Amino acid sequence: MQTSSQPIERMIVRRPRIRWGHLATIVGFLLPGALIYIGLVLLPVAQAVYYSFFRWNGLGPLTNFTGLANYTRALSDRVFLLSLGHNLQLIVLSLAIQIPLALGLALLIRGLTRGRAIFRTIFFMPFVLSEIVTGVIWSFIYRPDGGLVETLFSSIAPGFAKTALLADPKTVLYALFVVITWKFFGYHMILYIAGLQNIPTEVEEAAQIDGCSRLQALRYITIPLLSSTIRLTIYLSVLGSLQFFDLIWIMTTGGPVNASDTMATYLYKFGFQRFQLGYGSAIAVIMFLICFGFSIAYQTFAMRRDFE
Amino acid sequence: MSTQTIRTSTNFKGVIGLLQYLVGAFVALVVLIPILATILNGFKTNADLLVNPFSLPETWQWGNYIGVLQSASFWRQLLNSTIVMVATATGVVVLSSMAAFVFARMEFRGRELLFNFFTLGLLFPLAVAILPLYISLRQANLIDSLWGVILPQVAFGLPGNILILRGFFGSIPRELDEAASIDGCTPVGFFVRVLLPLMRPALAAVVVLTMVASWNSFFLPLLVLNSEQLYTLPLGIQQFQGQFGTDWAKILAFISLALMPTIIFYLLAERQIVAGLTAGAVKG
Repeated sequence: MQTSSQPIERMIVRRPRIRWGHLATIVGFLLPGALIYIGLVLLPVAQAVYYSFFRWNGLGPLTNFTGLANYTRALSDRVFLLSLGHNLQLIVLSLAIQIPLALGLALLIRGLTRGRAIFRTIFFMPFVLSEIVTGVIWSFIYRPDGGLVETLFSSIAPGFAKTALLADPKTVLYALFVVITWKFFGYHMILYIAGLQNIPTEVEEAAQIDGCSRLQALRYITIPLLSSTIRLTIYLSVLGSLQFFDLIWIMTTGGPVNASDTMATYLYKFGFQRFQLGYGSAIAVIMFLICFGFSIAYQTFAMRRDFE
Repeated sequence: MSTQTIRTSTNFKGVIGLLQYLVGAFVALVVLIPILATILNGFKTNADLLVNPFSLPETWQWGNYIGVLQSASFWRQLLNSTIVMVATATGVVVLSSMAAFVFARMEFRGRELLFNFFTLGLLFPLAVAILPLYISLRQANLIDSLWGVILPQVAFGLPGNILILRGFFGSIPRELDEAASIDGCTPVGFFVRVLLPLMRPALAAVVVLTMVASWNSFFLPLLVLNSEQLYTLPLGIQQFQGQFGTDWAKILAFISLALMPTIIFYLLAERQIVAGLTAGAVKG
């Protein structure tokens, strides 16, 4: 067998088709995956849509058709709207703080002459820890008696009032956001590092020789060249914030008094704790529509250039 | 004059460089302190822990760690997590590489349509499907069984990994297929003997990423697994925390032992994890 060293232009050059006999291979290779994927991903999603038109506790037959009642109920429910608001708040915080932080650190690492690998390894570490481990660690950090935050602040500023950051409706979402940032900034940073590696250093060097300051080179060369990565991280960050569940469920279960509920924790409470499966399904469908709508709009308007 | 400007600019560069290291070190501390404090504080008594969570233990209490290591439930949870992880990763890599092969190397009508059908799943997070999925699993008697965790994890792992692997599989020259077929290789033979060995790094990335996701997964096991015998490590942690409430020293020891395998695995497989994540993101 020989490998070719000629340039590959398979997209352009149409080569004669070699028929290898194949229906059996295609079907045989796709079928196992297709079955499990249809059965456990697509079918449940379709069922969720169906159930959302019923009032149902998940046990008896589906008889109580209620049309769009579950949807109108959700959209007029204060707690659901509050939860949605928290998702939106998390989006804003992520875009305003987490993404710039990740970008800044990626640039910082790139600028280092030594120790890049060590910094990258450390910064990315929280991402691989499980949500439950992260959640319990930070519950400890935030605990009002002898927690790390409390100890640190009262040693810097004596007389620092003890606050249970996770138990106060005013602070809980911000406290959770700190944990979210701690855990996820490394992921965005890794994407930026990969994006930066695709930018030839010559471009920036040429700009600096032409008299650009480092800041100008960053502003007018590096950031624009990185824009497809930036758009991607924004996309992932928004979708992630819309679907947030594990960490919040572990640390606060949406409390105190719904102050940290998100759409997903709300769904869990109604679907699995109160067994209102029809209503829970409607919430799932609304969540999906929001994600889907965002996805389509964003890909059409912001990311179109990246696919071409 | 000119030498002076050069000197100040090198000084300026030096300051910037130093500043970068300082900021980097600060962030590194913010990342590491929670992890290191968790491990260290597992060695304390609760009284010691309450007074000074930042210092080294007054006296090293090995009891917390030994207690966890001697409990059968910790090892059982570790075993369950491992079973689920290995089965999930095997299922994902086998099924998604087969599908990706068809989508990357075989030509037939409707291929793109079928491919889009498979990647449609990327739009559905687990949370959307979870209620009916739960009901289906209940009907199939998979509630309270490890299969009830493994199969959905494989299913939800397929779309993203098919996408990643198709990208990798498509990147090797077409001539290879032709050479193989001239040498009398069937498509299956080509897949098994040529493509898979060539694509080992890509497969490793998929396996490693799936392993991490499965090891950490919480939502699905929380719903599916009811009996303690079947608990995976994340559920075990939650249960342990509930059981020991304010006995933080014990809880932190448990957490430390639970995060150790993750960190070790991460340090060994960082390259594959990063490769998989960036490939998935760039292609997605």
